[in-house]
Amino acid sequence: MPTATGSDYAKPAPPDGQDKRWRIVDATMRRLGHHSRSLIETLHTVQETFGYLDEGALRYVATSLHIPMSRAYGVATFYQFFTLKPAGRHACVICMGTACYIKGAQHLLTAMANDYGIAPGETTSDGGISLLTARCLGSCGLAPAVVYDSEVAGKVSPPDLRAHVAKWISA
Amino acid sequence: MSPEELEQIAENEREAQKKFAHSITVCVAAGCMSCQSQAVKEAIDREIEKQGMGQRCKSKGVGCMGLCAAGPLVSSAGGALYKNVSASDAAEIVASVESNPVSRLLCPTDVPFFQRQKKIVLENSGVVDPEHIEDYLAANGYSAMMRVITEMTPAHAIEEVVKSGLRGRGGAGYPTGLKWSTVAKAASKRVKYAICNADEGDPGAFMDRSVLESDPHRVLEGMLIAAYAVGASEGYIYVRAEYPLAIKRLRTAIRQAERLGLLGHNICGTRFSFGIDIRLGAGAFVCGEETALIASVEGKRGTPRPRPPYPAQEGLFGEPTLINNVETYANIPPIIRNGGEWYSQIGSEKSKGTKVFALAGRVANTGLVEVPMGISLREIIFEIGGGIPEGRNFKAAQTGGPSGGCIPAQFLDMPVDYESLAQVGSIMGSGGMIVMDDTSCMVDVAKYFMDFCMTESCGKCIPCRVGTYQMNELLGKITRFEATPQDIGMIEELCDLLKNTSLCGLGISAPNPVLSTLKYFAEEYKAHIVSGQCPAGVCGARRSEARPAESRQLEGSGAAR
Repeated sequence: MPTATGSDYAKPAPPDGQDKRWRIVDATMRRLGHHSRSLIETLHTVQETFGYLDEGALRYVATSLHIPMSRAYGVATFYQFFTLKPAGRHACVICMGTACYIKGAQHLLTAMANDYGIAPGETTSDGGISLLTARCLGSCGLAPAVVYDSEVAGKVSPPDLRAHVAKWISA
Repeated sequence: MSPEELEQIAENEREAQKKFAHSITVCVAAGCMSCQSQAVKEAIDREIEKQGMGQRCKSKGVGCMGLCAAGPLVSSAGGALYKNVSASDAAEIVASVESNPVSRLLCPTDVPFFQRQKKIVLENSGVVDPEHIEDYLAANGYSAMMRVITEMTPAHAIEEVVKSGLRGRGGAGYPTGLKWSTVAKAASKRVKYAICNADEGDPGAFMDRSVLESDPHRVLEGMLIAAYAVGASEGYIYVRAEYPLAIKRLRTAIRQAERLGLLGHNICGTRFSFGIDIRLGAGAFVCGEETALIASVEGKRGTPRPRPPYPAQEGLFGEPTLINNVETYANIPPIIRNGGEWYSQIGSEKSKGTKVFALAGRVANTGLVEVPMGISLREIIFEIGGGIPEGRNFKAAQTGGPSGGCIPAQFLDMPVDYESLAQVGSIMGSGGMIVMDDTSCMVDVAKYFMDFCMTESCGKCIPCRVGTYQMNELLGKITRFEATPQDIGMIEELCDLLKNTSLCGLGISAPNPVLSTLKYFAEEYKAHIVSGQCPAGVCGARRSEARPAESRQLEGSGAAR
């Protein structure tokens, strides 16, 4: 695999040259020397910046790091943290760690399935709410734990969950 | 920065802290943060200002105080510990520092939860401010590293660790000193690496997260000592992306250490150079396995490879690599400070020192505890943990996460160390301890872990990829009351196959939850298969309504991947 410095190749153009957010991604790749080993770090930056990884973003990163698209796609789909779909306006992450499971996290999933018809990984049809699960948030002392957008809530019961999600809907 | 200059900074910090007659510390680790402890701290700051106490009283954000169940926790001068504090309590707490403590918020500290613990790894947690290196220096921080790099040879440092008897805290319990000397002896082409494994993937374990959030400099110091001992010059901390607060504090800590010349080129004027960079995990349990972790640091899919060659010979980028867990590194500075001899006197014969456990599930005092090795399960769960709430009965303790097993009540008086846990079919693991009572169905628990292993199997080797799927199907049949007695035989056969033919630890240990529940809770399996009943009422209740949701969930997770 060539470990070129970039000057040997034509510089690839980002999917949307007008979007200044690509500069953040470029900065990460530059800091890590456009080396193929910086793929995961770069994908983290893309997801942090745009919320998800789409095909255009993966192609741009793969070309910039001189690796085949298949490898970028392979890494993006191997790791659970990366998502290829845009998220809803609000995200509800239910922890499915052992402590949360023992304390009834599956009832929270059932509540979301019954009330909004979404399973983990899905977003409501209006793009309002995404339901996600986490392997373990490490907040086991507060089981069952839920993350509403980026705010962690502990000892959540199905009624608590319904009340919080209803607030999103009415807002 | 010379040792004298460093000591001066520590001294100045101690002087500065002495100027305040009172201090109020607020836990700002993730557990309490999720109960709004940041707002409590801000309210206390405002009250200190408002009540004109700015000259005498200071507030400080600190790491985990352990009793996560009662958060947010606030500790005030004189040793009073307050539980479940809200921002509206701030005025009363600040006003009380010069009189009697606020009795309605008091959390008793003369109980076994606090008295029975022995803190080595967590000695600074809940005491030092994780975001100020000066505070760590004032607590004798970096003095062990300073001693090692100015007074000791690498061989001497390794000898201390060998003498201590410390074993890897990531789960397998490999002797740390032996690992260090193997890496030290290995010849490198260019550089050697030291990696900190902070990919705490076991669900139900949060010890490493807490140490990183509460005392990040302790981990950096441990890594520096290890790097000096094995001759490594580049280091990585591989930390889960799911731990944003730990990542933020680590980044701050690395920056502060670099600024004081404690990381980087020619540390403290010696010939020793070492730099640390952070690599984020991306949610793959298998990356806790060392060769998979290395692949992930190299920017690839986290799939393991056969060993040997071991990472100690050929690891990251083909160079000799030392990989230790967060807690292992955190044990190093006190071992150097007090000597390996001192450490080896704590714990049991073959398992030295202390172990941090994350106590969770059906137990009254959920939180983080550090106990000497060899303590009994009963002491941890019933004395320190306060027993099972709501008057229910203890059923099992699960240690080691998806790689561990369920320990039934008959072994409650067994000492907790590496050998004893292995003997009863579990493992020490990284330190998650989930307590279950009679509301948990053990077949359902076994299926939960098998579902976990199935989803997390990287797919490289067939026994693990196909075996976990088949076992999950078979266990599903049992929980749906569709199984026959022959299915148990098939499960046992698969367990044997996985144990003996899988490529890495994930597949090898995946049968443990099934085997241990089959062994100790056989009657529950029998009840499901023969009488079509779930004694705990878990599977029975879910039979009619939750099945569609569950199968949808599987499809959903498949599509997301």
